[in-house]
Amino acid sequence: MGIVAVLGATVIVFVLSRVGGQDPRFFYLGNSPGYAVTEEQWDAWGVKLGLDKPVLVQYFLWVGGVVRGDLGNSTTSGRTVVSLISERAPATGELALGGWIVGTLVGIPLGVLSAIRRGGVLDYLARGFALIGQATPIFWLAIMCILVFSVHLGWFPAGTRGEGLAWRHLIMPWVLLGINPAASYLRFTRSSMLEVLDSEYVKLARAKGVNNRMIIWKHALKNASLVPLTVSALVLVGFITGTVVTETVFSWPGLGRMAVAAIWDTDFPVLTGLTMLFALAYVVIILVLDLVYVIIDPRIRLGGTE
Amino acid sequence: MTSITKESVGIPVGRVAVKLLADGWQFIRRWPVIPGIVIAILIFSAIFAPWIKPHPHLSSHGVFQQGPAWTADGSTEFFFGTDDIGRDILSRMIEASRITVIVVLLSVTVGTVVGTTLGLLAGYYGGSAIDEFIMRLVDVWAALPQLLVLLTIALVFGAGINVLITSLALISWPGAVRLVRVEALKLRNMDYVDSARISGANNRRILYRHIFPGVINTVLVATTLATGSLILTEATLSYLGAGIPPPQPSLGGMSSGGRDFLRDAPHIASIPGLALAAIVMAGNFLGDWLRDRFDPRLRQIN
Repeated sequence: MGIVAVLGATVIVFVLSRVGGQDPRFFYLGNSPGYAVTEEQWDAWGVKLGLDKPVLVQYFLWVGGVVRGDLGNSTTSGRTVVSLISERAPATGELALGGWIVGTLVGIPLGVLSAIRRGGVLDYLARGFALIGQATPIFWLAIMCILVFSVHLGWFPAGTRGEGLAWRHLIMPWVLLGINPAASYLRFTRSSMLEVLDSEYVKLARAKGVNNRMIIWKHALKNASLVPLTVSALVLVGFITGTVVTETVFSWPGLGRMAVAAIWDTDFPVLTGLTMLFALAYVVIILVLDLVYVIIDPRIRLGGTE
Repeated sequence: MTSITKESVGIPVGRVAVKLLADGWQFIRRWPVIPGIVIAILIFSAIFAPWIKPHPHLSSHGVFQQGPAWTADGSTEFFFGTDDIGRDILSRMIEASRITVIVVLLSVTVGTVVGTTLGLLAGYYGGSAIDEFIMRLVDVWAALPQLLVLLTIALVFGAGINVLITSLALISWPGAVRLVRVEALKLRNMDYVDSARISGANNRRILYRHIFPGVINTVLVATTLATGSLILTEATLSYLGAGIPPPQPSLGGMSSGGRDFLRDAPHIASIPGLALAAIVMAGNFLGDWLRDRFDPRLRQIN
């Protein structure tokens, strides 16, 4: 399934480069011959993409290059896309990991609390947060945070990455990036907790006299966390969008901002490289989550032996 | 003139007021009043934009970064103030709502028609190769980094309204397929469908006359739920510069333009963004409400 998704991404990129109304070489070189591109380069790319061959052959020629890591060169800086990506990746990793942790640490406990205090003030507040978190455009929230915390209070810098691991630079992007996953996790944790708390084995645990905290945080949450895990795929899609937007607002020198800059510069190789990288990252994370799933759910772990 | 007092009416005024307030609150909880008002304002300003906007939305009025009417330097002439090059923000927001409504309506219609058709086919021929193919397509599409694909489309074809409508239609169909398919799967095993088949109805007739009417509620709910997220996507694309091309206004683009003037003129970025948040929230609310009302099976535990 994962492989199919990555292949899907290559098909889309390929089709876009062929139906864009331009000679496909234009997208990889950024110019027509005579404009900063020599005839030799132009012809070399013609051979490389196999433009005289049938479309299917062209596709495999191109995918072959991609698999070997040849995504072409940036049309603005001339450097290879792979080197550009590996240079920017740590900045995005730092941001994404932190945002993900914030989202999980806020969303899941709040979801649990909101389920056990169902109908209470906390529940209302948590659901309100989830509603606002899912509906408010992240870029607008980011701008408002800059307005309050950077411009008026001066607590945090309004953007850029800073030197080394600069906490003050990281806090706002982390929190903002975490809001969306937190809202989704909260909703799903809450509904699955409600379901689990109503189940027979929880009643049994209560009847046995297990203390309330154990029941909630161990017995119930362990089962209830399966649902938020399964929707992680859904959350991730929003997370990728969040990364791009957050990096743009905070002038964060990562992959997302590179993608947006690529549009302005019509840098096709860079943008498509990033598209495929994100598709791949998505697939890898889903795979990891599947493994976590196995650890948490004994029905899957022990499925073979029973 | 006699004022209504305890003596004149015989019922405690306080209790009447409390009852009225409580009734009102119940009404608001039961019916989507506030979201309805927000959406009504949006649609009204979209339809009547050319007549209700107080100023031309593209031209500068020579007053730069003026605050909204309620601030010290504001004036009622430019109610929400002016932006960095002196354009009236309110007029631009009204025009932006028109563009957004057109873009989102068109794309959601295309997406819904395609999604419903595929969902009906997949459900009706559930388990067959057609079903398998369609669902694979949906899965793959859902696994793509959508925003980046949309950005790539914008790069290849250039940012423009037609490209934007197509892009948004491209991301809006899979949700409908999933929901409609589940419904169609259930309906095809109903007795009345069997009866229709025995009476000699062919597949096309069964799909169109007997299954399709049964999924209309689901389609309605799916469409409303998709609309909110499409508005958000449109705004995000416009914010990033790959949506509605300037100088045409969009709520996302206006927020983006105000980013550099936060210190002196925070209203340029904040007011359009606030409107946007209200619209998306209203759309989501309305979608949830419709879902609970017309399609209780989709409801999650509350």
